[in-house]
Amino acid sequence: MINSSSDNVKKLNSINRRMFITGSVKFFIMIGLVSRLFFLQVRENKKYLTLSDKNRIREWKLAPVRGEFHDYFGNVIAGNFEAYQLHIIPEQVEDFRYVIYRLKDLLELSDKEFKRIIKKKNEIKSWETLIVSDNLSWKKFSKINNHLYDLNGVKPVISISRNYPFGENFTHIIGYVSQANEQDIENNEAIKKNFVPGLKIGKVGLEKSFEKQLIGSNDIERYEVNAYGRRISQLEFQKGEKGKSLRLTIDTKVQQLSNELLKDQAGSICVMDIYTGEVIAMHSSPSFDPNLFVFGISQDDWQIIRNDPMKPLVNKTLQGNYSPGSTIKPIVALSALENGIINTNFTVNCRGHKHPLELYGQTYHCWKKEGHGFMNLRNAMKQSCDTYFYEIARKLGVDRLSETAKKFGLGKEVFGNLFNIEKKGLIPSTQWKKNALGQSWVLGETVITGIGQGYIQTTPIQLCLMTAQIANGGYKIYPKIVIDDENKAFPIDKFTPLYKNSKNIKIVQDAMFASTNEVRGTSYRSRIDDPKYQFAGKTGTAQVKKITERDRELDLKTFQIPYEERDHALYIAYGPYKNPRYAVSILVEHGGNGSTTAAPMAKKLFKKIIDRHQLRESINNKKYLDI
Amino acid sequence: MYQHNRLTTNNFNFFSKLANFDYVLMACILLLGFISLATMYSTDGGKILFHTKSHFTKLIVFTIMMLIFSFINIKFWFSIGYFFYVIIIGLLIWTYLFGIKSSGSQRWIDLYFINLQPSELMKICIILCLAKYFHRMKLENVNSLYAILSSLIIILLPMGLVIVQPDLGTSLLISISGLAVLWFAGINHKYFIYTMIGFLISLPFIISFLKPYQKLRVLTFLNPDRDPLGAGYQIIQSKIAVGSGGIFGKGFLKGTQSYLEFLPEKHTDFIFTLFSEEFGFIGSVFLLLIYAIIIYRIVAIGAQSRSYFAKLFCYSFGASIFVYITINMSMVLGLLPIVGSPLPIMSYGGSSMLATMFGFGIVMSAKVHNQQSIA
Repeated sequence: MINSSSDNVKKLNSINRRMFITGSVKFFIMIGLVSRLFFLQVRENKKYLTLSDKNRIREWKLAPVRGEFHDYFGNVIAGNFEAYQLHIIPEQVEDFRYVIYRLKDLLELSDKEFKRIIKKKNEIKSWETLIVSDNLSWKKFSKINNHLYDLNGVKPVISISRNYPFGENFTHIIGYVSQANEQDIENNEAIKKNFVPGLKIGKVGLEKSFEKQLIGSNDIERYEVNAYGRRISQLEFQKGEKGKSLRLTIDTKVQQLSNELLKDQAGSICVMDIYTGEVIAMHSSPSFDPNLFVFGISQDDWQIIRNDPMKPLVNKTLQGNYSPGSTIKPIVALSALENGIINTNFTVNCRGHKHPLELYGQTYHCWKKEGHGFMNLRNAMKQSCDTYFYEIARKLGVDRLSETAKKFGLGKEVFGNLFNIEKKGLIPSTQWKKNALGQSWVLGETVITGIGQGYIQTTPIQLCLMTAQIANGGYKIYPKIVIDDENKAFPIDKFTPLYKNSKNIKIVQDAMFASTNEVRGTSYRSRIDDPKYQFAGKTGTAQVKKITERDRELDLKTFQIPYEERDHALYIAYGPYKNPRYAVSILVEHGGNGSTTAAPMAKKLFKKIIDRHQLRESINNKKYLDI
Repeated sequence: MYQHNRLTTNNFNFFSKLANFDYVLMACILLLGFISLATMYSTDGGKILFHTKSHFTKLIVFTIMMLIFSFINIKFWFSIGYFFYVIIIGLLIWTYLFGIKSSGSQRWIDLYFINLQPSELMKICIILCLAKYFHRMKLENVNSLYAILSSLIIILLPMGLVIVQPDLGTSLLISISGLAVLWFAGINHKYFIYTMIGFLISLPFIISFLKPYQKLRVLTFLNPDRDPLGAGYQIIQSKIAVGSGGIFGKGFLKGTQSYLEFLPEKHTDFIFTLFSEEFGFIGSVFLLLIYAIIIYRIVAIGAQSRSYFAKLFCYSFGASIFVYITINMSMVLGLLPIVGSPLPIMSYGGSSMLATMFGFGIVMSAKVHNQQSIA
C-alpha cells in the first residue's frame, strides 16, 4: 500500500531535483537552437539567399546575332541563317556515358565524329558547353527533340550562324568567320564580353576589321533549374542587340564578273570610282568558299586550299607585291613632264635588239625586236617603247620618279590599317637603297625602274588608285570600301591637286587613250569604239625572271614557257574616256602578256561597269531625295 | 494520506477520465500533425501524392490509437513493461534474421500490411521497461552493482541488435532514452560523468571502428566543404535552405531548395529544413515552441502523477523527445554530424510515428489516471 517511508520521499526528492536540472539544460539547449536558427536565417540570410539563387538560377548567354554585310545596292553578301545545334554541359548531365551513346545512336554519328566529341569533352571544363553538333538537319533536330525526355542535360539550340550566299565571290574582301579561339578572346574586348562557346568571329578581312561593330550583344536567358540541371522555368529573357550591318561600296554584279574573268587563273581585279574612291570590285583569284570555315573546315578541304599552287589564301590585290612593268610608264612620263625633263616633242630613236641602250657594259633592250624607230612621248606610251622610257628615266633620276609615284599612292597602304594584311609595295630611291641594302644606287637600276622592273613593287590596288588619280585629272582621293565607316576621319586633303601643271596630266591621259584606241596601240585590239564605253589604258608585262640572251634568241611563245616562268600580265585603264568615272587594274599572274591576257578583260569589265553606272547613280540620288 | 478517499475507489468512469484529459497537449499534437501534413504536402510539390496521403492515414490511425491508449489504465502499461520489451527484442532478432534489406541495411520487417521498424518502437519500449524496473526499487539499491549491471544489459541488448542492422543513429537514441531513465531513477551522477569522460577518451578508438561511410560523415561534419558535391552535399544544401529562408520564409510551397530537389531526404530526416525554408525564422521558432509546450506538458503530467512509474516514464519520455528533436535539428543546422534520426511526428515514417504516439498515449494515460498509484 502507501509507502510513506522516508525512502519514498527521498526517491521523489531525487527525481524532482533531477527533473529540474534536466529542465534547465533543455531550456539552454533550446536557446542554443534558436540562436543557431537566428544566426543562419537572420544574420547570414543574405549569404545563403545568394547561394540558393546560385543553386537555382542559371544563366545562358546566347550567341549574339552578327551584323550583315550588304553590297552597294543592299543585297546581302554575308548574312545569317538558323543553324540547329545540340549543346551539352557535362557537369549538368547525370550519366554522361549514357547520354552520349544515346546521342550517337540518334544522330548516327560515325566513330570518328564520336571520338572527336569525346576528345573535345575531355578538353573542356565540365561546366563549359560541349557542342555535340553545330549544324544539324531539321530531321535529326526534331528527332532529338522527341527524345529529350531521356536526354537529361542535352540542350537543342537554334543558333544564328553566318552564311555567305555568294560563296567565294567576296572572300578576299569580307573574309570569313570561324570559332573564336583563346587568342581571339584575349585580344579583343568585344569578343571577350560577348563570348559564348561556339561563338563565330571574323578571322580575316572586313569580318575581322569590323568585329566590334558586327558582333552585337548576347541574348541572356535566366532559367530556374533543379538539382539535376533541368530547366524548370524561364525567369527572364534579355534580348541582345544585333550587330551593326555594314554597307559596302562593292557592286555584286561587277564582283561576280571579276570572278568569272579570272576563273582558273591567279590574279587580281580592282575597280574604283575615280572621284569618290569607292571600290566597285576587288577580287583576288583564286578564291575559296568562306562557308567552309563557319563550322570549322575539314582537314581535307583545308589541305586542298592550302596546297593549291595558285595560293588562294593570299589576297593578291592587297598582299601581292608585283613589278608594275609598263603600267608604271604613265607615272614615269608624268614625272618627267612635271620636272621639265622632257616636252611632248622630245624623241628617242629605238633601234631594236641589234642596237640596245648601253650603260657601263650593261645592255638594255626594248621588248620589240625590230625597234620602234623615232618615238615621241605619245607614241612611246602608245607602243610601250622601253628604250624611250630608259632614256627619260635616266634623265629624270630615281628620286624624282619616286616622289611622283608616292604622290600618286604607290609605296604605301591604300586602305591604311583597314586590312591589316595589306602590303606597302616598294618605291625605291637612292636613300632607300642606302638604308635598306647599304649600297649606293646604280644608274642602271634607274633605267629599269623606268619600265617598272627592278626593285619597284606595287600591289594591284595601288595601281588602281594611281590610275584613278590620273583619270580624275590628278586629284587626291581616298579609296573606301565601307560606306559610313565610323572609324575613318574625313580626310582633309581630299581632292587636293597632285600635279604641278594640269596640262601634264592631260598629256598622259591622251597618251593612254592612244595606247588603247589608236592603231598600233598595245591594247588596240581590246578597244571599244562606242564613246559611251570607250576607255584608255596601259598594258604591262612584268618579267618574273631575267631575260637571257638565249631567251631572246629562242623568242618563245607564252604557252611554250613553264607556268612559273611566264610573265605577269597587267593592265590599267579608266573610262569612259570622255567624262571618265571608273578606273580598273588587272593583274594575271603568269598570264604572259598584258595586251593579250589582261586588256581583253578590261573590255568586258568596262561594258559591265558603265552599263550599271546609271543604276548606281540612281541609288545615290534616291538617298538624297529621301532626306 | 491526503487522498485517501480517492484511493479506495479505483474505478474511473469515462467522463471523469475525459475531464482529466490534457487538452493542451492534445491540441499541440494535433497542431503538430496539421503542420506536418502541410509540410508533407509541400514535399510532394504542392500536390496530394503518396507521401501526403500515407502520412495523413498514419496520423489519423495513430492519433486514434493514442486516444484509445490514454483511456487504458496506467497500471496496464506498468504491467506489460517487461513483456513488451521481450516482444520487441524478439522482433529485433527477427529483423536481424529475416528483415527486409534496403539500401545496405536491414531495419524493417514485413508484417504484410505494414513494414515495421522495431528499433523505433524500442525507443519507447526501453523507457517502459526500465521505468518498471526502477519503480519499486529502493533508492539505496539503485546504485547497487546488480541494478546498474542489469539495467545496462537491458540497454545494451537492443543497442547491439540495432547496431548490427546497421543503424548507429537509432541505437544511440535507444541508449539515450535508456540512460535518461537511469538518470531520473537516481543513479549517481558521478557514473554519468565517468562514462562521459570514458567515452571522450575512447572516441578515437570508436572512430577507428566506424564504417568508412560513418567516418566520412564525421569528417564532413568537421568540414562540409571538403567534398561539396559528395558527402558534404546534404549538409551544405540543408544550411542553404534554412539560411535562405530568412525571417519570414519563402512562403508555403515556394521553397526553391526543396521544390527544385536540392534537398536530400526531404520527407524524412530533413523535413525541418523544408519547413524552415518556407516559413523562416518565425515559423521555425513557432515549431520549436510547440515542441517545447509538448515537452513541458509531458513533464508537468509527470510531476502531477501519483505513481513513481508514471513520473519516471514521463520525465524520461520528455527528455527523449527533447533529445530526438535536438539531434535532428542540430544535424540539419550543421551542429552535429549526420545521423539518421527523424523529427517526431513531422518526419515521414510509420514506425517512428507509431512509437511517438505510443509514448504520447502512455503519457496521456498517466494524466488521465494521475491519481492511480501502482503498488
